[in-house]
Amino acid sequence: MADETPIDGPRGSAEGETPRGSGASAGAKFKLKIWRADASVERSGEFVEYEVETYPGMVVLDAIHDVQAKQAPDLAVRWNCKAGRCGSCSAEINGKPKLLCMTRMSNFDPAEPIVVTPMKTWPLIKDLVTDVSHNYRVAKKIPPFKPRPRDADGHWRMKQEDIDRIQEFRKCIECFLCQDVCHVLRDHHKTEEFAGPRFMIHLATLDMHPLDTVDRHPMIKEEFGVGYCNITRCCTEVCPEHIVITDNAIIPLKERVADDFYDPLRWVARKLFPPKHKKQLPVVQGDTPRLDARGDAAKTKPSEAADAEE
Amino acid sequence: MAETKYETHQHEVLVIGAGGAGLRAAIEASAMGLSVGLICKSLLGKAHTVMAEGGVAAALGNVEPKDNWKVHFRDTMKGGRYLNQWRMAQLHAMEAPDRVNELEEWGALFDRTKDGRILQRNFGGHKYPRLAHVGDRTGLEMIRTLQQHGIHTGMHVYMECTITRLLGESPTGTGASRTPGRVTGAFGYWRENGKFVVFEAKAVVLATGGIGRAFKVNSNSWECTGDGQGLAYLLGAEIMDQEFMQFHPTGMVWPPSVRGTLITEGVRGEGGTLRNKDGKRIMFDYIHPLYANETADTEAEADRWLKESTSGITSTARRTPDLLPRDIVARAIHTEVKEGRGSPHGGVFLDIFSRRSADDIKKKLPAMYHQFKELGDVDITKEPMEVGPTAHYTMGGIRVDPETQETCVKGLFAAGECAAGMHGANRLGGNSLSDLLVFGRIAGLHAGKFAKAASAKSVDPAQIDQFASDALEPFNRTEGVNPFAVHEDLMNVMQTYCGIMRNEKDLQTCLKELDRLNEAASRTKIGGGNRHYNTGWHEVIDLRNMLIVSEAMARSALARKESRGGHARDDFAEMDAAFGKINHVCRAGKNGMELEAVPLPDVPDEIKKVLEEDK
Repeated sequence: MADETPIDGPRGSAEGETPRGSGASAGAKFKLKIWRADASVERSGEFVEYEVETYPGMVVLDAIHDVQAKQAPDLAVRWNCKAGRCGSCSAEINGKPKLLCMTRMSNFDPAEPIVVTPMKTWPLIKDLVTDVSHNYRVAKKIPPFKPRPRDADGHWRMKQEDIDRIQEFRKCIECFLCQDVCHVLRDHHKTEEFAGPRFMIHLATLDMHPLDTVDRHPMIKEEFGVGYCNITRCCTEVCPEHIVITDNAIIPLKERVADDFYDPLRWVARKLFPPKHKKQLPVVQGDTPRLDARGDAAKTKPSEAADAEE
Repeated sequence: MAETKYETHQHEVLVIGAGGAGLRAAIEASAMGLSVGLICKSLLGKAHTVMAEGGVAAALGNVEPKDNWKVHFRDTMKGGRYLNQWRMAQLHAMEAPDRVNELEEWGALFDRTKDGRILQRNFGGHKYPRLAHVGDRTGLEMIRTLQQHGIHTGMHVYMECTITRLLGESPTGTGASRTPGRVTGAFGYWRENGKFVVFEAKAVVLATGGIGRAFKVNSNSWECTGDGQGLAYLLGAEIMDQEFMQFHPTGMVWPPSVRGTLITEGVRGEGGTLRNKDGKRIMFDYIHPLYANETADTEAEADRWLKESTSGITSTARRTPDLLPRDIVARAIHTEVKEGRGSPHGGVFLDIFSRRSADDIKKKLPAMYHQFKELGDVDITKEPMEVGPTAHYTMGGIRVDPETQETCVKGLFAAGECAAGMHGANRLGGNSLSDLLVFGRIAGLHAGKFAKAASAKSVDPAQIDQFASDALEPFNRTEGVNPFAVHEDLMNVMQTYCGIMRNEKDLQTCLKELDRLNEAASRTKIGGGNRHYNTGWHEVIDLRNMLIVSEAMARSALARKESRGGHARDDFAEMDAAFGKINHVCRAGKNGMELEAVPLPDVPDEIKKVLEEDK
C-alpha cells in the first residue's frame, strides 16, 4: 500500500495548512480522506472519504472518532489519552508524521480534504494501526540501567543542572514518529542495523546518567549503529515533545563513540582503564537557531526530499 | 456451538493491566522466580498512569525533615474522611518512601533539591511538601522506569489483548457454608485479529484502573472503563465504596474538544490561585470546618506559607486554602459557577501567570504550558486558565484484604485504582502513584506466594465456549443498537444524575436509566467489518463493565444519605457519623446486584493514638 499513498510526494510548502484561527471556524464541514486497509485481507487498501462537522478546538482525532461513532465503527485507530501524553495516536496527516490528538482541524483549509494515513515505516495491521512491535524488541536489547552504590546516608546526590539534559530525553512519549520519519528506517529499511532516534535518546539518557555504571559504547557503535545517522534532523523536527534529538543526543553519542574507537590514544587508554565517569558536553537549547546544518543535511540526504520537511 | 478455537498460554501469575500497579506487581512476582504474564489492553507504556502529573506522595522528609509516615497516614485518613481501611493507609504511608527510592535505583530521575536529593512539592491535603516529582510529567517517568526495568526481569508482555472474562468458580453460599471460589485464568482476544486466547494461571492480579469513561466530562483515557471491577464482579468478587468518585477540581473547560482534560494540582502547588469572574480568590469562603485550624484565612498568611514552605523553611503560617483536598475545591468551583460567578465557559479562573515568572512556569509546568498553548490557544504565562471539575478517579473498587490484596475469590488479587479501601471517601493528590507502587508490590508478592503454594487447576472448556459465544453475539445480530451511541448515552446519564452533586430523585432516575441502558447494551450490533481491530466490537465489551460499575455507584450513592468526600448530596448536605462507620459493598446476587452496609474494621488503640496526635 505504501506506494499508493502520497507520503513521499514533494512537499516544498506546508500544503493545506493555514495559520491557526483563520480558515476553519466551528461548524465548518471537512472532508477526511482516510486510508482503509486490512493486512490480512488480500488486495485491500483504498482511500475512503468521510465528511465531518467541526466544533471549537476540534483535533483530527476527534474527527476520526466522529467517523467511528457515526459512519465506520470498525475504523481502526490507536489512541489513549487525547492530550499528547501517551504517544499512541501517531499517523501521517497530509503526509506529515503527527499525533492525531495534537493536530487542530483549524490548521487546515476546509476546501481541501485532510489526508490521514498510517505511519509508513511499520507494517500495516489495519487502517491507521501499524505493527510497532519492532520498537519493543529493540528496547529489550538495551542493557538496563545499573547505578553506583548509594551515598553513606542512603541517598543518591545529583545536581539538578547535571540531570536537566537527560530529563529532556525522558520527556519521550514513545510515539515513534521519529522512527517513522528517519530515512534510515523508513526508506532504507535498516531496522536491524540502526536502533533509530528513539533509542538513541534512550542510550544517551543511560550514557549521560550520573549514576549509571554500564559502558554501552561498543553496542552503540555496533548493534545500535549510531553511524547510520547522517544528521538530517528530521527526527528532531517531528518530535511532539520538542526534544532536540539529533543535536543533544545523537551527535554527543557519535562523538563519544568516535573518541573511544578512533582516537588511538583514547583507544589504548580505554583498553587499560575502562571509563568510570561521564564527561560533560554543552546542551543545545530547543530554540537555538540551527546554524547551517540544514544545508549540509540536504546534501547528505539520499534520493527523496526529507520527509516532513517544510 | 462448535468447539472454540483459541491459543493457550500458561503462567504462574497473570497480571491484567500494565499501568503502574500492574507493572509493579509483575516485577515483584518475576523477582520471585515465577513465570509471569502481563496483559496490556493497549501498547506497553501507554496506560493511564502516563497521564499522572503532579507527583508521588512519600514521606521522605527531604524538604521538611519533620515529615514521617505518621503525618502522611494522618493526612490520608483525614482526606478520606476516615472511611479508609486504616491498615491499607498505614502500609501505604510506611512503605511509600522505599518504593520511591527503589524507582531511583531503576533509573528514574526526579527533580532535585539544592543538595541533590529528591525534591518534594506541596499538594492538596498534605501537611508538608511531600510529592516527589518530575515537572508535571511524573506518571510518564514512573511508567517508563517500571517498563524499562520490567522488560528485563523475564516477564512475558502481551500487548493489545482484551480480557473479556475471568475463568474459574464463583464463591457460593453464605456464612459457615460459604465456599470461596477460585480463579483459574482469563479469557480474551487479541485486538489485532480478534482471535481468542486463554491464559491459565494459578494466581491473577487485576490492575485495570478506573471508570472515568462513564462520565461525559472526564480526564481519563479510553481504557478506563472499569474492566477489573466488572471482571471481578462477574466471578463473584465484591466491589466496595463505589459511591465515591473523585471530581478533580481543575479540568480544562474550553474548547469543547478538550473539556475535562486534566490540569495538574501542581499548578496550585507552585502558587496558582483560583479566582472567580470578579477576580476574587474563592477558596477563603470554602474552608471546611475539619481543616479550619490548619488553613490560612487571609491572603497574606496563605502567601507567606507558600513562600516559606517552598524554600525549606518550616512555616508558622497556615496552608493556603487553594490546596484543600480535591472534593472541597471541586464543590467550591461548582458552587461559584452555579451562583453565577463563573468564567465565560462555565468554570473559574486558575491564575499562575501573576504568581510566577514565565521562566518558572515553563520549567515547572511545561506540559501545562504546551497543553494550553496547543489545544486551548491560551498562554498560561500571560493569562489565566479556565478550569472546572472533571471526573478523575474512583476511590471505590474491588474489595480486598488489606494485608494481601486478595479478593474473596481464592487466587484473585487486585491493586491500584481498581481496588478499594486505601483512599476512603476521597483521595489526596499524589497518593495514587504511591498507591500503585505500594499495593502493586504487595499484590504481586502475595499472588506469587499463593502461586508457589497452590497446585494448578485446569480451566473448564464449557466455560470457554460460553464466553466465546457471548463475545461474538454482537456480530450475529442483524437488528440492534450502535454501541458508541449507548456509551454516549451512559456518559450523559452518569454526568447528569450521578455527578458532583446528587440527590434521591436524580439517583432513582439514574437507576431507571441504567436499566434502560443495560437493555440497550444487550442488543448492541457491530455495524460491519470483521474481528480485526474492530473498535465497535471493543466498545461493546467495555460497555458491559462500565454499566456494572455505574450501577454499583448509583446504588451505593442512593444508600449513603449523607455527604462525605467524593459523594455529595444536596438532600443530605452534611456528614453523618452513622455513615462514617460503614462501607457499602456490592455483589452479584440471585436477583441482580445486592448491596450491603458492612462495618469498618476496628482501629487498634496505638493507631488511634497516631490519629489523635495532631489534634
